[in-house]
Amino acid sequence: MKDFRSSIEAERPYLLRYASLQLRDRAAAEDAVQEALLAALAAERSFAGRSNLRTWLTGILKHKIVDLLRKGSRETAIESDEALEALFDENDHWRAFPPAWRDPDGSLEQKQFFAALEMCLEGLPEKTARAFMMREHLGLETDEICKELAITSTHCWVLLYRARMALRKCLELNWFMK
Amino acid sequence: MKLLSCKEATSLASQRLDRRLGLLERLSLRLHLAVCDGCSRVAKQFAFLRTAVKQLGERDA
Ligand SMILES: [Zn+2]
Repeated sequence: MKDFRSSIEAERPYLLRYASLQLRDRAAAEDAVQEALLAALAAERSFAGRSNLRTWLTGILKHKIVDLLRKGSRETAIESDEALEALFDENDHWRAFPPAWRDPDGSLEQKQFFAALEMCLEGLPEKTARAFMMREHLGLETDEICKELAITSTHCWVLLYRARMALRKCLELNWFMK
Repeated sequence: MKLLSCKEATSLASQRLDRRLGLLERLSLRLHLAVCDGCSRVAKQFAFLRTAVKQLGERDA
């Protein structure tokens, strides 16, 4: 089990290059590879006896890519988020470890905290901010947000992820570590 | 043994707030958060953001 897991993990860089080439979009390529690796892990038995792991994994990945291309053909590609990429190194681990926040609950009692939060929200790209506010402030479900913004659920989850990552960084700089 | 990078772990920690994760996703996320302080902090901060944003506008400007 451990061997199988580490040998498929070793193919990740190759698969990522393969997916990036087809999808021309780093975030989408990562999604496809992650889904393929999880599917492969769950299907260890069906690999048993086959000779070439890379060929087998590439086959799984191809299906994931086709799915993504079909879903994505109706919308524009997701642009990259430089600020988010900059947080991680080439292995996608933290460049700088995120520090603990002091007294977040106490902040909720302070007016200035909400002023800082609003300022950070204003700094988000428009579509990202809309998706985030629809989700977290209005409490809408992802499918309602997708419909409203005319994007796929996957795109929606990427926007929400980016919003959360940008807001936590902004609050860290302008509130918690100030 | 570790399958998720920190970027993937934080992305799943975010998606956990928006959809029901699959069994493998839940397991690999739990495994990562158990050994990575940075990502566990971020996961908690995502939940905190939800609480904070809900309260926006509930108080006087
Ligand atoms: Zn981590």
